[in-house]
Amino acid sequence: MLLALFTSFFKIGLFGFGGGLAILSLIQMEVETNGWMGQQEFVDIVAVSQVTPGPIGINCATYVGYTVGGIWGSILATLAIVLPSLIIMLSICKAYFWLSKRFKGNPYFEQTLRMLRFAVIGLIASAALLLIKPTNFIDSTSWIIFSVVAFLTILPNFVKKKEGNKISNIQYQISNIFSHPILLIVLSGLAGYLIYG
Amino acid sequence: MFWQLFYTYLKIGTFTLGGGYAMLPLIQREVVDRKHWIDEEEFLNMIALAQAAPGLIAVNSAIFIGWRVGGWRGVCGAVLGAVLPSFLIILMIAMVFRDWKEQPAVEAIFKGIRPAVVALIAAPLFKLAKNAIKAKGEGTKGERSLAYNLWPLAISLAAALLIWLLHVNPVWIILATIVLTLSVVAIVNKTNSSINRKS
Repeated sequence: MLLALFTSFFKIGLFGFGGGLAILSLIQMEVETNGWMGQQEFVDIVAVSQVTPGPIGINCATYVGYTVGGIWGSILATLAIVLPSLIIMLSICKAYFWLSKRFKGNPYFEQTLRMLRFAVIGLIASAALLLIKPTNFIDSTSWIIFSVVAFLTILPNFVKKKEGNKISNIQYQISNIFSHPILLIVLSGLAGYLIYG
Repeated sequence: MFWQLFYTYLKIGTFTLGGGYAMLPLIQREVVDRKHWIDEEEFLNMIALAQAAPGLIAVNSAIFIGWRVGGWRGVCGAVLGAVLPSFLIILMIAMVFRDWKEQPAVEAIFKGIRPAVVALIAAPLFKLAKNAIKAKGEGTKGERSLAYNLWPLAISLAAALLIWLLHVNPVWIILATIVLTLSVVAIVNKTNSSINRKS
């Protein structure tokens, strides 16, 4: 069990391009194929990971590790997700000057990075699609919460910051404040308490 | 140096909510503006490298700065500092959460949160896609063309559908993307050079 935990999170650290959100889809797949926990519990962990300080990937690894194998499980999972970074990033640091000169403008390197960005978009989309299930969306209120949160998150992309225009700057500030994930999670938790509690 | 890096990253790790990207401005303030360990340009290079390398961006940046500032000891200090607060806080929550979960009030709260979490994963896609596609006024004319942006978007779509419907492991998607891109660039290079030779 602990060995499976270690190899899973090592794999996640090794192939997790694009940071925390992209890594979620990898963690999700490992959790699912190993049968470690249900979809619902995974979503709860993601929620807790987003409202607590620190990198989401570390939070998720620690939590899943603890659920699967207690304290040792959490230590092992966290260590395993950091280890590939440590090996790869240290090699990059050692070769930093050589790398930055040699690979800047190299079409193989630049195009691979570009395509990985698009692949990561697909990865994140799949993580969201996999979570659209009756366990997470219990009734029409769930869809209302989903739509409102999605709308508020996307909104700042459309509110332009204008220099010298006080009114539109206030709009910009407000749209920025209400797109903050922690505030949105707290507010939807409050909504849940009032509606279902 | 170990303790300085440990303390700096401990502070950053404890007080940033919202994951790796939210940490970057704080890292910049501490490491560039206050401690002057690296300069602005190197900081930008670091972000590029931390994003290009696999793994968590916060951890990758801790490794880079730890190494630049204090070698092996620096790396150990920075990584421990970045990871430890998260680890301890989550461990405490995980220990009590299993008992809390049965409470009807907690269950009601999470009924509200679950759809919000799905939205919080899905909504940033908009910005990511917008940034990945070269828009008007960016890049060369060739880079704004439909063909240049359509194929990568097809990869995004294929990746999402393969994982969602066929449960393909994301690892294969990443590997396939790397192999596919390298071979396409190689073929394009080859045809270009043969055209050049003919003319």
